[in-house]
Amino acid sequence: MRNLLASLGVAALGCLVSAAAQADTLNIVSWGGAYTESQNKAYHEPWSKKTGDKIINVDKAQAGLAGLRAQVQAGNVTWDLVDMLPSEAQIACDEGLIDIIDHDAVLAAAPDGTPASKDFIPGSLGECYVSQIVYSNIVAFNADMFPGKKPSSIADVFDLAGFPGKRSLQKKPVNNLEWALMADGVPADKVYEALGTEAGVKRAFAKLDTIKDNVIWWEEGAQPPQLLADKEVAFASAYNGRIFNAAVNEKQPFQIIWDAQVFELDGWVVPKGKLAKVRSYLKFATDTQRLADQAKYISYGPARASSAALVSTHAVTGIDMKPHMPTYGPNFKTALHKDDEFWADHLDELTERFNAWLAK
Amino acid sequence: MNSTNLTTADGVPLKTSLRRAQRRHRLKAVLLVTPLFAFLLVAFVLPIMDMLTRSVDNPEVITYMPQTAEALIAWNGDGLPGEAVFAAAAHDLAKGSRERTIGHVASRLNYEKGGMRSLVMKTARKAKKWESGPYRELILAADKRWREPDVWLLIKRQSAPYTLSYFLSALDLRHGSDGSIESKPAHMKIYVDLFMRTLWMSALITALCLLLGYPVAFLLATLPMRQANLLMILVLLPFWTSMLVRTTTWIAILQSQGVLNDLFVWTGLIDDANRIQMIYNKTGTIIAMTHILLPFMILPLYSVMKTIPPSYMRAARSMGATAFTAFRRVYFPQTLTGIGAGSILVFILSIGYYITPALVGGQSGRFITNFIAYHMQQSLNWGLAAAIGSLLLGVVIALYMLYNRLIGIDNMKLG
Repeated sequence: MRNLLASLGVAALGCLVSAAAQADTLNIVSWGGAYTESQNKAYHEPWSKKTGDKIINVDKAQAGLAGLRAQVQAGNVTWDLVDMLPSEAQIACDEGLIDIIDHDAVLAAAPDGTPASKDFIPGSLGECYVSQIVYSNIVAFNADMFPGKKPSSIADVFDLAGFPGKRSLQKKPVNNLEWALMADGVPADKVYEALGTEAGVKRAFAKLDTIKDNVIWWEEGAQPPQLLADKEVAFASAYNGRIFNAAVNEKQPFQIIWDAQVFELDGWVVPKGKLAKVRSYLKFATDTQRLADQAKYISYGPARASSAALVSTHAVTGIDMKPHMPTYGPNFKTALHKDDEFWADHLDELTERFNAWLAK
Repeated sequence: MNSTNLTTADGVPLKTSLRRAQRRHRLKAVLLVTPLFAFLLVAFVLPIMDMLTRSVDNPEVITYMPQTAEALIAWNGDGLPGEAVFAAAAHDLAKGSRERTIGHVASRLNYEKGGMRSLVMKTARKAKKWESGPYRELILAADKRWREPDVWLLIKRQSAPYTLSYFLSALDLRHGSDGSIESKPAHMKIYVDLFMRTLWMSALITALCLLLGYPVAFLLATLPMRQANLLMILVLLPFWTSMLVRTTTWIAILQSQGVLNDLFVWTGLIDDANRIQMIYNKTGTIIAMTHILLPFMILPLYSVMKTIPPSYMRAARSMGATAFTAFRRVYFPQTLTGIGAGSILVFILSIGYYITPALVGGQSGRFITNFIAYHMQQSLNWGLAAAIGSLLLGVVIALYMLYNRLIGIDNMKLG
């Protein structure tokens, strides 16, 4: 009997070992384009090399929350890790679509031993959320289209007479309403207070009305650099890393207007029941070195304090990355932190209003 | 010798034998249609039932805040509810927060009133720590918005298992604070306009298809075989081409840097600075959809015209009718069934069209279907998507019945 138990034990152990050694396939959902590429280089490739896991990139982050709801409701979750904005992550967490993450148990400590919960910049860890980067929504322009005076402020984006040409903006109220108010003279720290009132919302839409006929609306992050490169538009709102990528890697004459940048975090959530599967990957991909490495490929600031010191030069061109970061002093002067709670509350009604405004 | 004694060669009474044979036939027939029936059930009936249910289904509050829903029944809606409701709410919020189900309630209520999400979530997080009442004070202290009776009225209204609010939203209506139904303010109205736009643009597209398709069908039916076959191929080739290819071809032709504008500039019709905007607006949708739906008009017309003997027209002419009168009084009335069939086909396909308006419609050329897709994929308000879809289904059924009344569906000839 004892022999039988022992051999059963050995067999069970054997199963465990072989399960651990067996290479996995991870379906990782992200935003595509230059951003997924930076994750490939900084996280996925080193991880695959180390473990033999196969990583499949799914460019569905735009519909991340929709996908999670559908998969959890159908009881068939195929995504293993999802790149998500904090406001959507909060909703997903509240609805129980994603796993709770015990930060210090799951995430790697900093090289000097600081636990993860102290090392990540304040506000970048949520109950179900681990940030990777700080990125920024900015407006950029094609310098070739402004041979004389160059635009430098958000007000210039709304100045059709001084800076003629089409504008491309993202087809949602987020960022556009903030910019409209700031261009209309509302200081950054009063923007959300104003948007909380009917008068403020009216004022923002009235400002957007002034350029409405000259706006081409974009929906995918890859569109704005393309529209700028084709000179279809003079200005385009974009994620700052996409413009950096086009300017540095593709030598496009794009410049960023850092005035009134709206910055926010972006990070990982783990779909319900997947924590055990992705735990070791998540620990690896959010450690100090990996976050610092990502900044070699795209101009997004790492979400860990210990990574910031390691940010150096661009992997291909060798230029100093620091002046291209949203958090770099001169870039940051009039920056606005996107208010996730405001948008969690008002996204439904303001999107409805925005759609009604678009259709008029 | 009466009929009951009739037997077949093997001695079985004829009646039994016949019945047996008939049963076998019936069984065979049933078995033959079973796959189709099952397919229709799975791919057509069930999804439509699901959509209709979803458009009124309202499970969130009653499932995840059951005690509150129960307690609110007794509340008459005057001022703030009593301690019983507050205690029930505190219990439900704490339980929902622990089990992470309260987010569903927050999302549901936020569709109706912006700000409900943070109100519910924030209070739920606090409620986890409460051990004893009075809960009224605790909840009112947690957030001052709980002092608004509107908030409680909203929760009471949404604690019914079925709701009309998605349909109200789809018709640009809403519940006023006193519970009556009122119109939304002008800057929030969107869907009624879109329904109207979808209907009139579909009517216009149908009319254009008829205008362009009728002569083509006439030629197809009357030309000698050789030329008719060639023409038929010209009609069918685009019909067989992928719809996406046809739509993107129109983008290449119509866009501001496109073939047509280049041609206009080159011939000097317009100058380079004033290129005509023919796509990403209503014009783009109308042109592309007319082209795509044209075969659905031509083919039913052709099949009807083919059956009209040419001798009728000759007879009319021989009795002194002019060519026009002969056409108007003899030929045209006989093609009415084809016109009806083609028109209803094109019109119904058109109001349900989705991909072409999305690609070439810009802002002004979008259809109501694009908003169904938007609520399915982006805003995730599936109840609203289902309500708009149900209304669209209602419109189609109403039109079909109208058609049946006016022309009679038995007179429709598809080929």
